[in-house]
Amino acid sequence: MTSRRKFLKSTAAGLIAGALPVSVVKLAFGSEARDISFAYISDSHIQQVKGSKFVRNWDRGLMKAVAEANLLDPNPDFVIFGGDLAQLGNKPELDHGAEILSALNVKPRMVMGEHDYYLDLGDYWSHLFGEKYYSFDVKGVHFVVLNSILTYDEWTFDRWESGERRMNEMAGLDNPNGSPFMVGEKQREWLANDLEKVSHDTPIVVFSHSPIQKIYKGWNFWTEDAEEVQALLAVFNKVNVMYGHVHQIQYNQIGNIAFNSVMATAWPWPYPNSYAQAKSHLPVMTVEMNRADPFNERDATGWQLVDVHSGRVDVNFNLYGNQNRTVSFNKEKNQPEDIKYSTHSKKPAQKHY
Amino acid sequence: MNTMIKVIFILAFAYPGFVQADDFKKSDLKRWREQFDEVADEGRRLFTSPDLGSNGVVCAQCHPNGANTHPETYPKFQKQLGRVAMMWEMVNWCILNPLEGKPLDADDPEMIAIHAYLAKERKGVQLDPGRH
Repeated sequence: MTSRRKFLKSTAAGLIAGALPVSVVKLAFGSEARDISFAYISDSHIQQVKGSKFVRNWDRGLMKAVAEANLLDPNPDFVIFGGDLAQLGNKPELDHGAEILSALNVKPRMVMGEHDYYLDLGDYWSHLFGEKYYSFDVKGVHFVVLNSILTYDEWTFDRWESGERRMNEMAGLDNPNGSPFMVGEKQREWLANDLEKVSHDTPIVVFSHSPIQKIYKGWNFWTEDAEEVQALLAVFNKVNVMYGHVHQIQYNQIGNIAFNSVMATAWPWPYPNSYAQAKSHLPVMTVEMNRADPFNERDATGWQLVDVHSGRVDVNFNLYGNQNRTVSFNKEKNQPEDIKYSTHSKKPAQKHY
Repeated sequence: MNTMIKVIFILAFAYPGFVQADDFKKSDLKRWREQFDEVADEGRRLFTSPDLGSNGVVCAQCHPNGANTHPETYPKFQKQLGRVAMMWEMVNWCILNPLEGKPLDADDPEMIAIHAYLAKERKGVQLDPGRH
């Protein structure tokens, strides 16, 4: 059964008709009460210029997402922010980001990104937003938030003379002085305990900043202990892992685990296969997003409305400068797929090189 | 040509101290490579330096390893400019807009360094001028 529900407040619908689908199709399998929708905003990289001045471009991206998410009607079950609220993790940036997010109708749940963390190891972020990893349940779905951007202790604690230096080294995506992300043993133990009381039929949705799969180590599209985390999740029938960090559309299926990335509100990143000097392992089923128009500062950025039905997620991408896209779970093929952009209909703009 | 001139020619070219313009040695190649690498390294420094702009944003923030700059496709038509453009014009667009900085001259050593870095990251990719 497919039911169509208008998510936009009718008074405001005209204002953003170009930015959002006119009506969002929600696929309802089983009882309506078990359907969940949530807004997923990520990677705003709020960047301080000086004093109370911030990079206008990144500010605008986040403000737009917040304003549009507030137009959803009814309100989503929750809002998740996928990490990298700040660029260099300092108080002015985190405060400014928190202030923009405070305009949301629904208080967001937060995921830690490396840009929020490596200045003070997440102290101020935790002061503002609470636990760095946790779980919660909504309408029978078990949601887990991981802090996946940790790394080796030696790199974190011994290598750099200051938090500022450590943050700067980790902030450069292609910086060879960086270090691969990981969930780490302590958190994996916590996850094992957390999942112990959950039945294997319960749908699981995991939010992490980095992909819990290995795509390209050179840019940290990577989690070092991805296989160990996947092994903990593999016993469940329906697992969905959603991540930010990559600033691009990716999706994949490994066993029972469906992977979906989300877009950044700040800026897009090239697909790693477009770097001529390295090999990446971009999931083959990903139909790439359009190449960004460099003359349109909001192009190839956006936010997501996610529907959970039958324990699987459909991701509706609200792209500011591009046609919106939907990556939804195909039950027959047991994998996420793009309902419009199949591999056969690849457009020239989707050929990244 | 008379015999005398021929002899002078032959002697001149046979003389070991007479170096022809294209007679370079391994040490020359090494030095020229080093010169290039030095400039490309300077380009990498600029690409990750907030000094090019005024707001702290750096080129590599959006272009890790210079990816998605496509130096092999220039010159090419840019619909936003309505004409065929060179890459330095696009570099300047980025300096002016996301970086909120001052544009560089086409032959500014900093612009040359940025081009050297981008070309180096793109080494081995076939030239494809005009491609979109």
